Amino acid sequence: MSGTNTAPQARAVSVQGLTKSFGNYLALRGIDLEIEHGQSVVIFGPNGAGKTTLIKVLSTIMRPSSGTVSVDGLNLKDNAEEIRHRIGLVAHQTFLYNNLTAYENLEFYSRLYDVSERKQRIHEVAAMVRMTSRLHDRVGTLSRGTQQRLAIARVLLHKPVIMLLDEPETGLDQHAMSMLWKALKAEGKEKRTIILTTHNLERGLELGERLLILDKGKIVYEGSRQALDLAGLEEAYEHSTRG
Amino acid sequence: MNFWRKVIAITWKDVLSEMRTREIIFSVLIFTLLVIVIFNFAFGASQQLMVLVAPGILWVTFAFAGVLSLNRSFIPEKEESCLEGLMVCPISREVIYVGKMLGSLLFMLIIEAIALPIFAVLFNLPVLSLQLVTITVFTTIGFVAVGTLFSALAVNTKAREMVLPILFFPIVVPIIIGAVEASSLALSGKPWGDLSPWLQIIGAFDAIFLVVSFLIFTFVIEE
Amino acid sequence: MKRNIQLWLSLVLMLVALYLVFVYVPTEKEMGIVQRIFYLMVPTAWLALLSFLVVFIGSTLYLVKRGLKWDILAHSSAEVGIVFTTLALIVGSLWAKPIWGVWWTWEEPRLTSTLVLWFIYFAYFMVRSFASEEFRGARFAAVVGIIGFVDIPIIALATTLWRGIHPPPLIFQGGLAPSMLLTVLVSVAAFTALYFLLLFQVISMKNDVTEVRKLKELRG
Repeated sequence: MSGTNTAPQARAVSVQGLTKSFGNYLALRGIDLEIEHGQSVVIFGPNGAGKTTLIKVLSTIMRPSSGTVSVDGLNLKDNAEEIRHRIGLVAHQTFLYNNLTAYENLEFYSRLYDVSERKQRIHEVAAMVRMTSRLHDRVGTLSRGTQQRLAIARVLLHKPVIMLLDEPETGLDQHAMSMLWKALKAEGKEKRTIILTTHNLERGLELGERLLILDKGKIVYEGSRQALDLAGLEEAYEHSTRG
Repeated sequence: MNFWRKVIAITWKDVLSEMRTREIIFSVLIFTLLVIVIFNFAFGASQQLMVLVAPGILWVTFAFAGVLSLNRSFIPEKEESCLEGLMVCPISREVIYVGKMLGSLLFMLIIEAIALPIFAVLFNLPVLSLQLVTITVFTTIGFVAVGTLFSALAVNTKAREMVLPILFFPIVVPIIIGAVEASSLALSGKPWGDLSPWLQIIGAFDAIFLVVSFLIFTFVIEE
Repeated sequence: MKRNIQLWLSLVLMLVALYLVFVYVPTEKEMGIVQRIFYLMVPTAWLALLSFLVVFIGSTLYLVKRGLKWDILAHSSAEVGIVFTTLALIVGSLWAKPIWGVWWTWEEPRLTSTLVLWFIYFAYFMVRSFASEEFRGARFAAVVGIIGFVDIPIIALATTLWRGIHPPPLIFQGGLAPSMLLTVLVSVAAFTALYFLLLFQVISMKNDVTEVRKLKELRG
């Protein structure tokens, strides 16, 4: 397995036997997961199930305690930096610096992400989320909704092929959420891979093709949108997260 | 070199933010001057006494100012989880360490550059010598080398304003001793040769802790 | 079984040491009877350092391998270590009084260094209790353990130079009579045995706490 060459048939995400412990507490107890490019996967689960932990491991914020994780064919242990070029993270927090202007924030991140033709790209993403007029305002002076749109612009800067969204609806209002979704689907010839965690069963069903339920650190249920409706999903959720 | 380009990006971001608010430089600078003035009152009017205690006053002041400044280093990264945002960027953890460290170094040097002449005036002492500047620069490097590491640690604890000084002061004892002794010799107009053992201690401290902190930083920020 | 051997070994060594210190070794010419504190000073200072060495080893292994047992090793050694460091400071102070007539002096670099070491131990514990989660506290303490240990030689060098004394030979300045040397070595051995006894005791207690916690969790 050589450095940064992606195997031709590499999956978007390949996880085997992933565990993550914090001291004595086992947050993830052996996750096996394969996700193909272009799939949209929604992960449901109650509080404490390990959804955020899973996203943090996949986004390379944390390292696994054991098991192997590969993103876009690259092994997490050896190629974390390269992986980060290809993923984007949207979470409850905006990752924005309040003292700097929107433009400066985007410029900063585009430098770190090695974005080519920075200025042009910044204007492109600003237009996508419709905040061109507020580009040179300090982030601290923007409304929460505008900050959310800026956070979306930020994540689109480097055109990630895999998107990780950790309970985005808690940080984004309805309007921002649909804007995000449109933007995610819009760019690029290939479909983006999307992995999303949420509490909201209804929303999740709308957004994802593949549906997983995580509970107490393990995947306890797998289904697809074709086969399930909301009622079915609710029942499956009740059933698998009981006890 | 990619590493340094990204380091500079982070340092520049901190400089930009500081230019907007002037938070660190103003408040720490005023604090520094206040402490110097208070020491002036505390030690009375005798010029001979002043010459004796001046180096100590100078370095106690800079040490406290350093802690104040370092405390602010990682606070903006805690808001909106910006530190996690940095951890998801294609940069190594060490880039974050060096970037933040250079920022703190720059701020501290600016404060010291302003405080030293004022100190010279208030204490009537020749502090603007090459010797003293050298001592200041190298001691400050030592401060930010461990201080940046501890700041990242302290920001994740309860009572972070208390944790940082308690971590910081015992560890920097050697370079405070070195700086005070060397400054004292410098103010008496002694040659470089006399300062040399102290400068070596400060230099060794800097080299060792730049390396150790560089290596350990990832363990501080990654769970 | 192993614990018993340790206990008996420590006991025997201690008794031998006591005999040597109070009966065998002749009274020192200059300082008189008080000089016998020296045989307590050396071992306690030695233990303060040895304990932190073990803290350093445990901390490094914990960060690299993440096994909880390494953290327990470091934590336990720190608990024993701070006790001996406090003892070293008290003994050092008792040593200072008859010689210099004061309860504390900054003239003795070893005393000063021990004081700084005490603060490093304190920082080790503080960082543990002020962390928001236990596992985080363990990780932060390990960082302090490593930085602190690396700093010790530099602290010793700086404080020694500060008092204008060139780095002295390790323990004593002049020559030591063979009987005194023997007494010191036996004392050090006795205290080292005591250290390991206490260390394993504390580790064992911590392991029990972990066990109990696991059982409680299983019960739900």
